[in-house]
Order: sequence, then C-alpha cells, then structure tokens
Amino acid sequence: MAAITPETLSTDVIAKPSAPLSPLVLGIRRFRRHRMAMIGLGLLILLMLYISFGGLFARGYCTPIDKNLSGEPWSDCNDLSLKLKPPSASHIFGTDVVGRDIFARTIYGGQISLMIGVSAAIVEVVLGALVGALAAYYGGWVDSILMRFTEAMLTIPNLFLLIIGARFFGGGLPDFKLFGRELTGSVVVIILIIGATSWMYLARIVRANVLSLRERDYVSAARALGASDSRLILTHLLPNTTAPLIVSATLGVANAILAEAYVSFLGLGVQGSTATWGNMLDGAYRYLDTAPWLWFFPGTLILLTVLGINFVGDGLRDALDPYSTRHL
Amino acid sequence: MTNYILRRLAQAIPQLFIISIILFVLMQAFGDPIATLGGRVPPRPEDKERLRRQLGLDQPVYKQYFTWLVGNDWQKIDMDGDGVPETYGKRHGVLRGDWGNSLVTRQPVLRMIGERLPNTLLLMVTAEIVIIIVSLALGLYSALRPYSTFDNLVTGLSFVGYSMPVFWLALMLMYIFAVNFRRWGLPYLPTVGMYDPQVGKTPWELIKHMVLPVTTLAVISIAGYSRFVRSSVLEVLSQDYIRTARAKGLRAMFVVLRHALPNAALPFITLIGLDIPFLLAGAVVTERIFAWPGTGRLFIDHTERADFPMLMGILMLISIAVVVFQLITDVVYSFVDPRIRLE
Repeated sequence: MAAITPETLSTDVIAKPSAPLSPLVLGIRRFRRHRMAMIGLGLLILLMLYISFGGLFARGYCTPIDKNLSGEPWSDCNDLSLKLKPPSASHIFGTDVVGRDIFARTIYGGQISLMIGVSAAIVEVVLGALVGALAAYYGGWVDSILMRFTEAMLTIPNLFLLIIGARFFGGGLPDFKLFGRELTGSVVVIILIIGATSWMYLARIVRANVLSLRERDYVSAARALGASDSRLILTHLLPNTTAPLIVSATLGVANAILAEAYVSFLGLGVQGSTATWGNMLDGAYRYLDTAPWLWFFPGTLILLTVLGINFVGDGLRDALDPYSTRHL
Repeated sequence: MTNYILRRLAQAIPQLFIISIILFVLMQAFGDPIATLGGRVPPRPEDKERLRRQLGLDQPVYKQYFTWLVGNDWQKIDMDGDGVPETYGKRHGVLRGDWGNSLVTRQPVLRMIGERLPNTLLLMVTAEIVIIIVSLALGLYSALRPYSTFDNLVTGLSFVGYSMPVFWLALMLMYIFAVNFRRWGLPYLPTVGMYDPQVGKTPWELIKHMVLPVTTLAVISIAGYSRFVRSSVLEVLSQDYIRTARAKGLRAMFVVLRHALPNAALPFITLIGLDIPFLLAGAVVTERIFAWPGTGRLFIDHTERADFPMLMGILMLISIAVVVFQLITDVVYSFVDPRIRLE
C-alpha cells in the first residue's frame, strides 16, 4: 500500500472550504435522489421525444388527393375508404371515424395538448399569484373582496365551471397561426377557461405566504427605502414564494391536460380539424367495442403524461420545501 | 356551539349570494335559449319575440336576477308587446321556493332534479362506502408495513389511479368486463343504464348495473385517500401514547385498532366531508359514459339547450350542499375530537 502523503490524496478528499451550497443546488440534489421523480422525468422525456420526432415517421400515401404526405398534412388526410380500420402496418394505431391516421394525430395532438397544458398553467399561476399577493399585501377590504370571490369560485365544482366557461366563450375567437400551424380560436378559449377556473388554491397559498412575509424586517427596510408597492410585491414578496409557485405550476400542467380532455370528451373542447388528445376522444365511447383503438391510444398518452408530471411535481415538492424530509 | 353554527350560517349566506351572482352572469351570455327551442321547425321571429317577453328574457340581467331571486308576482309585465304592462308575473323566486321552470320541458326545475337525484345519490353513497372501507384498509395496511413491497406497490398504483382520466378508466373497465368477457363467454357486466328493459326493475339488475360506475368513481378517490390514511396512521404510530400502549403489553392489533386508527381517522373525516359534494360533480363524466340517469347527465343534456333555470338550479343546489357539508364537517369534527373547541 502506498504511503498516504498529502500529495497522493485526491483534492476532493481534503476538506477544503467549499462555497456554500445554494438552495438551487440543494434542491437539484434532493430532486435527483427522488426515485419516482426521476422515473417521471424519464417518462416525460420519452413523451417529448415522441411528440417532437415522431412526426418524422408519420408519412403515407393519401388516396383522396393522390399525394404522398408526411408530417401534419398527413394527420389531416381523411381517406373515407379507410375509416375505422384497426391497427395495421400502414396505420400502426389504426384510423379514426373519417379515416385519418391516429398515430400521426396523437403526435400533432400531443403538441397542442401540451401547449394547452403549459399555457393554462401559466395563466393559472399569473392569476393565482396576482390575486393572492394583492389580497395579502393590501389587506382590508381588498383582501375580503378577493377572498370571498375565491371562496365562491372554490364552492362551485370545477368541472361545472369548465363546462359553463366553454359554452360561454366557445367559438368567439378567430383562427390564428402559430409556428406556421393553423390553430382554431377555441384553443385559446380552452387555455383561458382552464386557467381561469384553477387559480383558487394557488391564490390561497400565495396569500398565506405573503401574509407571513409582509411583516419581515427586509420588507420594512425596502419600504423605508422608498420601494413602490409593485416593486415590493414583484421583487421582494413573490420571489420568496417561488417554491409553491413552481410546484403548483407543474401540477397545474397535469390538471390542465386532464381538464382539456374532460371538456373535449363532453364535446365542448377544441373544435375543428386541430387535433388534441382530448378531442380525439370526443364521441369515441360510441365505438367502445367496435374500435377500441380510437380511445385507447390518446387516453393512454394522457394517462402517461399526467402520471409523469405528477411524479415530477411530487419530487419538486419534496426537493423545494426545505422542511419536508419525506422520501429522503 | 349554537352561536358558532349561527355565525357560520350568517357567513354562508353572503357567500351563496356571490356564487349565485357569478353563475347568473355566466348563464346570461350563455347563448340564446330561444334559438335552440322549437325542435325541427324554427319558430317565426314574432313568436320568438313573444316567447322572450313571456320568459322575461328581454329584461336587463340585473332585473332577471332579481326575478329569479324573489319573483315578480307583485308587478305587472307587458305580455302582448304593446308597451303597456297588464299581466301580473307568475314567478315567486328562489327565496320563496320557486326555482322556475325548465325552458325545455316547462316542468318545475326542482321536480325534475328531484326525479334524478335519488339515482345520483344511490351511485354516490355506494361509491363513498366503498371508498371509505377500501382506502382505510389499504392505508392502514401500508402504514403498518411502510416501505415494504406491498406499500411501494400501493404507492405506485395510487399515483397511476390519481393520474387516470375518469373516462379512460371507465372505457377500459367496460372494454374488459363487458365487451371482452362477453366475447370469451364469461359472465359479463352490463354497461349502460340502470336496468335491462328485458329483465325489468329487479334489485339484482340494479346491482349488476352499478358495479362498473361505482368502481370507476371509487378507484380514483381511493388512490388519493389511501395515501392520506397511510400518512396520518404513520404519524399517529410515532406518538408517545402509542409507545405507552405498546409498553403496557397490549396486543399489537388492539393498539392499532383502538388507539391508532380512531386518531388517524380524524383528519380523514374532514377530507371526506369536504369532498362528498364534489363527488356529485365528478359524476358528470361517469354518468355520461354509463348513461346513468342522474343529475350529472341532466346537467350535460340541459347545457346543450342553454336551459339556464335548470342549470342554475343544479349548480345552486350543489353549492348549497358544499356549504352545508363544510359546516356539518366542522361540527362533527368538534364532537369526535374534544380538543377542538368551536368558538
């Protein structure tokens, strides 16, 4: 055995004063030790690969317009002679009621579903943070009005609000283009409705957090230095509630994807030829026994996505909450 | 206690008013209920005009809300459109027990809801019993063997259950237990409705028709609840009085069932009490898939027709149920947990 001298010791064995670990590094470490979160992350990465590169494999010969198509036009090619065909080599997930390739539609629908999920979660977080922070910061009658409103919204079951909202705003917006893709206005409607019906819990969490932060010395100091209300809220109070915001936003994406699926399942979701995982399921239950591939593939993709996001959200909750010691 | 209940009720009333205003405003711009009336023959424009006047839909929103709330039987309304009010209104308003008539069937809203409510409650109560028993059993068993294979399996499955879209679960259950069991020649379960018209309204038929919807409703709640029971049992098991009970030499089973479970069940009561009214809402999709003639399906069917008195009726009754259950939960909690004092 070689003699141990200071020179042979590798540098990281010697205890040297290292830089203090930032909360971010600690958080990432805790997250990486969370087994389920890592499984969820892996699942999500696979799904992202599926919806981003799966399109490369979606191609075929579209008989009605007599052309070889690939990418999104292929997902919209409806060949009525091929309707409700079971999975086969040319259509690995089968075809839908108007003869479109389900495999291609799950890919492009997945992109829209995820976009709806993420955008709705952003709307939710902005609304929730705004209502919660304003209520807690100003207190008094602002607080009571906002919180009574929040309570009232919480009392009405979410799905009913979604259904009414979808009817209320449905079809009111024109089609638009995004990243070169034609999208129906109902995509925006669905995003706004899901965001507008899901911010209530977040508002309560933010309010409770800001209430406890408001009286801290650093806030008084900032106020004494002449910081404006908006500066206090945006740079001193809200950044200190980042952890619950991130966790809620993550879980919000999962809930928004589910909400889109429910609303679409009831026939009130995204309209037109734009595919989403939700509206691929619209009416599919009528083909329960004759064409199970209609609902099985989009439904399973929703399940896997929501599962992955929930795993990651659970991991983030444990990683970002310094008081939580679960799963460690 | 009486004071507390009275004060809570006094707080609940303005809350219900706010809810009714939010809902009523949403309803008004919901679409024109007249446009969907009339079936195949579209009504003539002058008929539409007359109908709108008779139903009070030509009034501004705040007046319509007021009529909905307290009625209009003391004021004269212009029915024939000549600009002179001549007929007394017939509405008594929700506050006087008149929830209006459905625009589609012209029947009283309350009676129509009353016909459907027992069906929904039958589904809900059965599902709730299954949920409570199964999640207590699963949660308790997991907590007694934390991080065992069984516990990890239940944790994993509960995440799957929690992430599962209701309709996906319902369709899978139908596909396996109705479609495929029939194909394989096994005894299979029916998928739609409450009774088979060829067999008639026998209790056995009803039970067979309830299996799949109840399972669908129960699985998703059990997934969340069993985790909740597990963590509260684990917390209670680490308490000093459990150690004391064990040190006294009590049998392990007795400690768990008599000392740990009642304490761990306390937060569970709150959870269930607050969730019960929301189960009513969760049934919308389930009732739609299984063609169960309950209030959820009533709601969906009348949404398509923009039948706002009916929708207001269903939504307000559910909101009242939520508020009432919140109060009942608090009161029950103070009875079962003497440490809680309601002031």
